[in-house]
Amino acid sequence: MRNLIAFFSGGLFGAGLLVAGMVDTTKVQGWLDVFGAWDPTLAFVMGGAVSVMFFVWIVAKRREKAVLGSPMPGPFPRLVDRNLVLGSLLFGAGWGLAGLCPGPAMASLSFNGWQGWLFAIAMGVGMAITPRMRAWLSVLDRSTLEVPPCETIPGEPRRPAPPPAAR
Amino acid sequence: MHQDWIWGLVGGLMIGAAAGVYLLINGRVLGASGIIGGLIDGTGRDTVSERVAFIGGLIAVPPLLVPLYKVVDTHVSNSALVLIAAGLMVGLGTRLANGCTSGHGVCGMSRLSLRGIVATAFYLLGGGLSLVVFRHLLGVI
Repeated sequence: MRNLIAFFSGGLFGAGLLVAGMVDTTKVQGWLDVFGAWDPTLAFVMGGAVSVMFFVWIVAKRREKAVLGSPMPGPFPRLVDRNLVLGSLLFGAGWGLAGLCPGPAMASLSFNGWQGWLFAIAMGVGMAITPRMRAWLSVLDRSTLEVPPCETIPGEPRRPAPPPAAR
Repeated sequence: MHQDWIWGLVGGLMIGAAAGVYLLINGRVLGASGIIGGLIDGTGRDTVSERVAFIGGLIAVPPLLVPLYKVVDTHVSNSALVLIAAGLMVGLGTRLANGCTSGHGVCGMSRLSLRGIVATAFYLLGGGLSLVVFRHLLGVI
């Protein structure tokens, strides 16, 4: 049953992307091209999808479990961190370059020829190397945050701690 | 052209409905990059069949609707270099940020998540800059 619903949801998602014109890379690039022939269609797509989901979340927050019994997702991470910002910038740059993001890339795979497959394979490789990228970025964090211990900082003569105030 | 926004809205409502079904019935957040990425890096090994079924529907259903249109021209790039570079950036970026247009954009912004809103702001910024650089400065797209 779960798989049937997942298939239905994926199909409806793909059909929506097709109907909305999101599989057309020129429409996506037109939306991002604010200094060229700007195309506002994507704002309507996003607006329609977000407005439905706004009400769905209100219903979802009142329920403990989903209809098929699994717990509702969450709690969600709240931290806005470097990986969120860096990843989103990188994703946006790729999105603009080819006009494809993961959903439409899958939805148009069957009629996008070798180009669609090449993009999908490159995207899969990008996803596969992300854990390494994360590890590498966290090493970078550690090496930049590592400051020498106080004793080795020259110049500042160490003063003894002031004696506790006499009463 | 003047009808595009209507179809955009209709498609958007369908996308929202798909995400709503997935959340309310299966208890899952619809995020394309997360569903695919979880299969690739193994983080979704407990929910493989559900993910495969979702991607199956996503790939198999749109071509059934294609005959309803006179033409479905996706205008996809013919440059292997552009496709590979863009694919790598999209794959790496969405997984690093834990979400894409569907996860952060549709599902995150709609519950007023700060992470979803920040991510959307930055991928739109990245996309805008990408068009400036690759189209207007370098002229490769």
